[in-house]
Amino acid sequence: MIGTRKDLLGLEDLSAEELVSILDTARTFREVLDRPIPKVPSLRGLTAANLFFEASTRTRLSFELAEKRLSADTVNFQTSGSSVSKGESLKDTARNIEAMGIHLVVIRHQASGAPHYLARNLDAGVINAGDGTHEHPTQGLLDIFTVRERRGKIAGLRVAIIGDIMHSRVARSNIWGLTKLGAAVTIAGPPTMMPAEVERFGVTVARSVDEAMEGADVVNILRIQLERQRGTLYPSLREYARVYGVTSERLKRAKPDVIVMHPGPMNRGVEIAQDVADGKHSVILEQVTNGVAVRMAVLYLLAGHKAQGEPPVENVPTEAKQTHGEPSLHPRR
Amino acid sequence: MPTEKSVEHVREKAEIVDGEGLRRAITRIAHEIIERNDGARDLVLVGIRTRGVPLAKRLAQKIKEFEGVEPPVGALDITLYRDDLQMIAHQPVVKGTDVPTGINDKIVVLVDDVLYTGRTVRAALDELIDLGRPKAIQLAVIIDRGHREIPIRADFVGKNVPTSKREVIMVHVHEVDGLDGVSIGEVLG
Repeated sequence: MIGTRKDLLGLEDLSAEELVSILDTARTFREVLDRPIPKVPSLRGLTAANLFFEASTRTRLSFELAEKRLSADTVNFQTSGSSVSKGESLKDTARNIEAMGIHLVVIRHQASGAPHYLARNLDAGVINAGDGTHEHPTQGLLDIFTVRERRGKIAGLRVAIIGDIMHSRVARSNIWGLTKLGAAVTIAGPPTMMPAEVERFGVTVARSVDEAMEGADVVNILRIQLERQRGTLYPSLREYARVYGVTSERLKRAKPDVIVMHPGPMNRGVEIAQDVADGKHSVILEQVTNGVAVRMAVLYLLAGHKAQGEPPVENVPTEAKQTHGEPSLHPRR
Repeated sequence: MPTEKSVEHVREKAEIVDGEGLRRAITRIAHEIIERNDGARDLVLVGIRTRGVPLAKRLAQKIKEFEGVEPPVGALDITLYRDDLQMIAHQPVVKGTDVPTGINDKIVVLVDDVLYTGRTVRAALDELIDLGRPKAIQLAVIIDRGHREIPIRADFVGKNVPTSKREVIMVHVHEVDGLDGVSIGEVLG
């Protein structure tokens, strides 16, 4: 299972089993977050570094909160990234991390593949918090977790993803994860924002937002990334809102109990109408809460890797009771 | 999960408590819990996963028979509070804690099958205290096998069984194992 992995770089290379084990673990941490003292001592003594080479508010806060609620120590590093020479700085960063004895690295970078580079060069576990237009695995996981908690399953659900698919690492992680777990994914958006050979992802491409909405259990609305393009992909925001914006009128084509998601931050009145964002179908704030639990699960599971290859510690009380039906032992008595 | 000693490496030596004996032990502990706390008011039974949970449910059933009040039962997964997470190779599977009622100002009876080093109970106490502030916490176990590594003792004990550290105690409950009883085994090799 994921316990044998050092890094979480994307959902593309995870098995359905691994996805389920993360989602199940996240449910436990969701319960922890509801406690009067929402903190457990599991990662005491470990240090996590949050390296954000690209702007982020909620993802960075969410990771930091997850680390603190697991009792890890945290250090943060932020840069706009534009003035930093990428190759050199990453290599230097890696060396510094090594020298400081950091166990887990959370990295967001504008370059696709930057987390993979760090993962290859570090003993520390690396978690991709968004790399260029490649993947944003913990966002994908928290979206899938939110759907699963609401619906009790993923297999057989119809999920519509609307918007700028090409530039969206959120869309990519969602598509990999959802299809592995058996959901039927339909995407819709401006033709200029569809990646080439999009069918390779195992999704259906709808010709219009209305068509994608038809019978959907879940609608995931992507943010128009004003910072990643210069207005050449669609005529204007008004035009985008008119043709691709999700309104309560369009939502009527979906199932009556459809849930509406958005990774945030929202451009209200552009990709999502005001009344949809705050409406009864919206689970957008639930996504934010679930994000902390999902990141706790990922941090907890990856932290198990560090002891691999080390000789077993002799003084752990392993003489626990034996049990039928549960061949492995808790070293806990 | 660590599997240094799997079931194959344990030889079962003898059954030390049969199903009937386990039932009597639970009945007696239920009486003792009632006596000690002057009834069943304000009681919450919290079982430590895995086998503490069915045992706590049986105790609650007995207490209901004797007192007419069924105390609420919760389940505690102490995995996230273990003191050896830094030492083992894989993170153990977390099954989750489920303590449905508030425990503030309640008398919490922790229930587990075997008391050994005391480290599980230490972890359980830490977790309980994060969940609220009980009026008191008491500990009920089916078997106390000795070899404490920290200063913890049980308030209610089904049976004291002196063991060597090479031995293993296996408590079986039919909800988990399909049969009731306690046996002692020996680690081979």
